[in-house]
Amino acid sequence: MSSYYESEDLKKFAGIGEHAKELADDFFRYYGSVTGTDGALSKREKALIALAVSHALKCPYCIDAYTTQCLETGSNPEQMMEAVHVAAAMQAGITLVHSVQMQNHLRKMVL
Amino acid sequence: MQVKAVRESSKYDFDEVLRRRGIDLPPLAIDTLQVNVTKLCNQVCRHCHVDASPSRTEKMSPEGIARCLEILERHPQITKLDITGGAPELHPGFDAFVERAVALGKQVMVRHNLTVQLDGNPQTKESKEYLPPFFAKNRVEVISSLPYYQEFFTDAQRGSGVFRKSMEAMKRLNEVGYGIDGSGLVLNLVYNPVGPYLPAPQAGLEADYKRELKAKFGLVFNGLFTMTNMPINRFRLHLDKSGQYDAYMEKLLAAFNPAAAASVMCRNLISVGYDGRIYDCDFNQMLEIDAIDRAGRPLTIFDFAFERALARPIRFDGHCLGCTAGAGSSCGGATAA
Repeated sequence: MSSYYESEDLKKFAGIGEHAKELADDFFRYYGSVTGTDGALSKREKALIALAVSHALKCPYCIDAYTTQCLETGSNPEQMMEAVHVAAAMQAGITLVHSVQMQNHLRKMVL
Repeated sequence: MQVKAVRESSKYDFDEVLRRRGIDLPPLAIDTLQVNVTKLCNQVCRHCHVDASPSRTEKMSPEGIARCLEILERHPQITKLDITGGAPELHPGFDAFVERAVALGKQVMVRHNLTVQLDGNPQTKESKEYLPPFFAKNRVEVISSLPYYQEFFTDAQRGSGVFRKSMEAMKRLNEVGYGIDGSGLVLNLVYNPVGPYLPAPQAGLEADYKRELKAKFGLVFNGLFTMTNMPINRFRLHLDKSGQYDAYMEKLLAAFNPAAAASVMCRNLISVGYDGRIYDCDFNQMLEIDAIDRAGRPLTIFDFAFERALARPIRFDGHCLGCTAGAGSSCGGATAA
């Protein structure tokens, strides 16, 4: 049975260059220099951020890739789980802070 | 249940990887005699390349030990004896082997799994609590596997309760001076991943281990060696069962590092099996890939000739990709960090 998000498909990521090679090359160069190097943030810190973003944006490819990357850069399961909680808390906060908009509008709607 | 050694498929042809890159890796020296004295172990680790366990009975004969000592005595070029197993302390001739090698002026390293101090011999029930002062008296370099500074990963790989016992055993080593600045008694730890991924950079992990073990348990050690899991024996079985073998091999292949290849440990040591056969490394030993001379004849300690062994062609196979991936891997940790 075919389905979306086959884990084997992650290997085909480089295939985004088909029909748009220069743009893909630009992207991968940028992606590599942002995520694959120690800079003002270490690769370990970047991997934890990426893991959190992977969950927030619900990308199974990225969750697999950055779970491995976190392990290979020395993070432990507690740190990884905490990073996911940061993503979850941010999403909850983002949802809740929008209630200010709801309340603003509510006040306009109430005599 | 013992696991049958499985060699890598030709799909991951290490010799071809070297040929394609124009890399030649002859032996450079034989400065270390690594001796696997027994497959008996008090633990049953999930990744163990030796397939060691409490039920194994293979052990080096007294004649084999004597021959190793004779080789050490006759060859000043071989400055180090690295004793491994199994849990090498469970060999009945272990203490005398250490003492005689020390008397010959050799640097003696013992691959000590920590828990054997508390578990003792699983077959004879002999206590091994004397080991810390014994090691200290002989100024043995102690090298101990501790897959992580937390219980979860360590017990997952080495068995339930191993982490807590390891902390107690480290405490006993610290108490006799191991890992303490100025004592000259060296305690190095070994990290290896608990699954099919590469080790994190050695220096960063060492700092983590030192900080966490000191803060949580008051323990100290000297250095951390990161090692990559070799795709052989029990770990290979896990990879096969979980359908991750090809992905792991492709990861190792993609991470091939010529600098790590140049520093592979087989260029500087020979590995001796319990039966006296010689191998290029402990992994080849478990795959029964004998070291051979230029004429193709297997090498043994019983007809050892230094120049013949030094001139041997090192025998590589797919698993060697484990030693050349990323920052490299050896019994002394990363080779290209």
